[in-house]
Amino acid sequence: MSYIAKPKVHHPSLKKNTLGLTRRDYEGAITTLCAGCGHDSITAAIIHAFWELNIAPHKVAKLSGIGCSSKTPAYFLREAHGFNSVHGRMPAVATGANAANGDLIMIGVSGDGDSLSIGLGQLCHAIRRNVNMLYVLENNGVYGLTKGQFSASADPGSTAKKGEANTMQAIDGALLALTLGATFVARSFSGDKNQLVPIIQAGIAHRGFAFVDVISPCVTFNDHEGSTKSYAYTREHAVEVVHADFVPLRDPITTDYPEGTVQHVTLHDGSTVKLRKVAKDYDATNRDAAYAAIRDHQRRGEVMTGLLYISPDSQDVHAQNETVPGPLTSIPHDQLCPGNDALQKLQQQFR
Amino acid sequence: MSRTDTSDPNYYHKVVDCQWACPAHTNVPEYIRMIANGRFDDAYILNRESNVFPGILGRTCDRPCEPACRRGRIDGKPVAICRLKRVAADQKDDITDRLPAIPAKKNGKKVALVGAGPSALTVANDLMPLGYQCTIFEKGPRPGGLMRINIPAFRLPEEVLDEEIGYITNMGVEMKYETPVSSLKSLVDSKDYDAVFVGSGAPKGKELEIPGRHDTDQIFIGIEWLESIHFGHITSVGTRVLIIGVGNTAMDCCRSAKRLGATDVKVISRKTRKYFKASPWELEDAEEEQVDILENLSPVRFIVENGKLTGMEFDQFTSQEVNGKLVQEPAGRIILPCDSVVLAIGQENAFPWIERDIGLEFDKKWDMPVVDKTTFMSTRPGVFFGGDAAFGPANIIWAVEHGHQAAISIDLFCQGLNVAGRPPHRLSLTSTKMGLHEWSYSNDYDPVQRQKMKHVNLPERFSKMTVEVEEGFTAEQTRAEVERCLNCDVQTHFTDSLCIECDACIDICPVDCLTIVPEAPTEPDLRQHLTAPAENLDQPLFQSGPLKQTGRLMVKDENICLHCGLCAERCPTYAWDMRKFVLELPYAGTAFIPLEAVGR
Repeated sequence: MSYIAKPKVHHPSLKKNTLGLTRRDYEGAITTLCAGCGHDSITAAIIHAFWELNIAPHKVAKLSGIGCSSKTPAYFLREAHGFNSVHGRMPAVATGANAANGDLIMIGVSGDGDSLSIGLGQLCHAIRRNVNMLYVLENNGVYGLTKGQFSASADPGSTAKKGEANTMQAIDGALLALTLGATFVARSFSGDKNQLVPIIQAGIAHRGFAFVDVISPCVTFNDHEGSTKSYAYTREHAVEVVHADFVPLRDPITTDYPEGTVQHVTLHDGSTVKLRKVAKDYDATNRDAAYAAIRDHQRRGEVMTGLLYISPDSQDVHAQNETVPGPLTSIPHDQLCPGNDALQKLQQQFR
Repeated sequence: MSRTDTSDPNYYHKVVDCQWACPAHTNVPEYIRMIANGRFDDAYILNRESNVFPGILGRTCDRPCEPACRRGRIDGKPVAICRLKRVAADQKDDITDRLPAIPAKKNGKKVALVGAGPSALTVANDLMPLGYQCTIFEKGPRPGGLMRINIPAFRLPEEVLDEEIGYITNMGVEMKYETPVSSLKSLVDSKDYDAVFVGSGAPKGKELEIPGRHDTDQIFIGIEWLESIHFGHITSVGTRVLIIGVGNTAMDCCRSAKRLGATDVKVISRKTRKYFKASPWELEDAEEEQVDILENLSPVRFIVENGKLTGMEFDQFTSQEVNGKLVQEPAGRIILPCDSVVLAIGQENAFPWIERDIGLEFDKKWDMPVVDKTTFMSTRPGVFFGGDAAFGPANIIWAVEHGHQAAISIDLFCQGLNVAGRPPHRLSLTSTKMGLHEWSYSNDYDPVQRQKMKHVNLPERFSKMTVEVEEGFTAEQTRAEVERCLNCDVQTHFTDSLCIECDACIDICPVDCLTIVPEAPTEPDLRQHLTAPAENLDQPLFQSGPLKQTGRLMVKDENICLHCGLCAERCPTYAWDMRKFVLELPYAGTAFIPLEAVGR
């Protein structure tokens, strides 16, 4: 890790957003991850996305579990709320936090170990409940914090740093999410901020569970020739099928692409995701087609990226349960806890 | 655009703004680090290698380095480079055993030098260690030239001058004091010398021929007046004094007048402050001494009544800036009462002692000798010029650099070699990496502000001509100021083939210097499409060759790089490294003074 703090001085032309904040105001502590870690680039993309969306940091809750990826919330939005949970249990904590305060903008950061091994069950239920949050899975195919064993997302046939080949099947987060009814599924690459930043922005604006699987090379244990999650491999094999441009509510939508190549999806808050189809005839609102396309690319040894699926009629956990609007703390105590008489009355209904 | 050639010494040299701006290319960051480590002797010797007079220049230099300093572009105030130089000079121990050794056996070549000012002393300093026999002809009784007689002692104490000039004269230079050269022809014809160097300065103050000029004895020429004060011929002045002109000599004159007893001192300028020739800090020092600086006035006549100067009349102007140009309109006249006037409106060269028929060509327009800008040789082979004598009035640090270059030429000439065959500049690059995230320099950015020089109080400084005004930095001030240096000589060195395009350097850079661009358009276009626009056109862009994975290019805007090394700390593959750049400057007789000799 670096011993010095990132100097506070910045470029004179550094822009301010509508809140009067610069991008630097969305940073956190200096990273303690290995130099060149993909996770740090994702952190930079998150910083940029929140800054550009003019979101006040104190309106954000950042949650994580355990692992290299789960350290990163310390490195962005230093003024946001944060919770570093037990290994793999972040989705449950996030669900609870969201239940208590649906107004907070929630971002969960997890890794392939935290999400696809120890916390797989937790992830599944957060997806099917459609908790309103952005869920970033920083996917490097190895357990970096314990020196590079294969994780559940390691592709069969890919090798460890010392040459041993992986024999087990991989869990593909995006396929899993589609199967479980996720309303927003994307895949991106830490080395491609042009693609990643708008996906994060769309995920933040999406009302429901926005699952983003980001290939994030482990520069120390999984950036070698036998890896399928290295910088070089990902660059060579990534195929972007659809490019998302996030259009906030206040900006007019300008179409500068040939007709039929752009698909507009309006989000709950009125903002729009403009989906530019890189692959012809790809429909990002068709779950089955998305599933088939991912499998198709996998067979060809390709990594399909972009905003792969988005459900235009997503109903998040609050909408499904018809909860009261606003955070529970804003509800007067006598309404929130109406006393024994009210409880008796409620129980009477079930007798 | 093609890949930036960082093996060209000029590329990294330009990044070290202070060194690039210094006429003598003093290695500023290195000596500041030495001061930071308490290595005052080393810092002094390193300074001396290029600028020869660190103690003198640490007080009087025109400091072209400071306006250039990158720190000024970061927090508005450059590093106090000049005053740190003085710290090294003040705090050093005896360094005489580290001066170049003078060979007992001479090389048989003799060089005559005219004038004992900074340029000629530099020539002697460079040639004596090579075995040359140097003779300096000086019209005055002591060496130093304008450094001694024109810079008042309250800015430059005599001991400092004596010490640093002594290092050179003690090399065995033959000093002929009170020996003005009245004929270059006879000096050349005598065949006593293999080469002649003229460093006689620009000793003539400019006149102001307006009515009344010669009707009183209370009108003085600035540099002559300062000289008379130095020699004690003038010990008083009228109570109301006008100084005409607003250059650095005018500042010395007005402050000297205050010490001679004048109470009402006004400096008169034709233009507005933006166009003043004096350095901003010299203006501030004069104003601190309650000198008024008046703008928009042009002299019309001196008012002399019954042989006594009573005032001076001026045209007044109004001024405004139109499209960056000063437009002045007449606005009546004004009379300012005064008892004495000092004219400080510039200096001129004078070569009455150089015959015009000895094959030494003079320029028709200015009546100046024609001198080659690189070799400093005149059109008469073997006769060289330097300092103010070469191209008109400049400053001490330019004179020193002229001396170094002339010494190289004289050495080449005396060996029968082509003086135009200049020895090359070279560079060395050494990694400063000490550990995983440790460097051999202080890479953390310190937000401390520029330290303010403490001055002696007004009554005390006006009590005597020789009370040095600036007290020098305290140990605490020095410690703070050295940390302001950004170590621009520790270069961000990039190796294209190692980069894996992980973006770590781009993400960490606090000042958005770095961008990976898909292709290389023209430079003006590229400057607008970086992480942050590169709008300072004086500052170069670094551009890599195509990167391995995507063929894109790494681009760095050098403009406000903090040299904090975070790009290199976050680089997983060592593609970025922090490498110390040393510009290996040639001096007479040697390609470069070896690193060990200056304790690097």
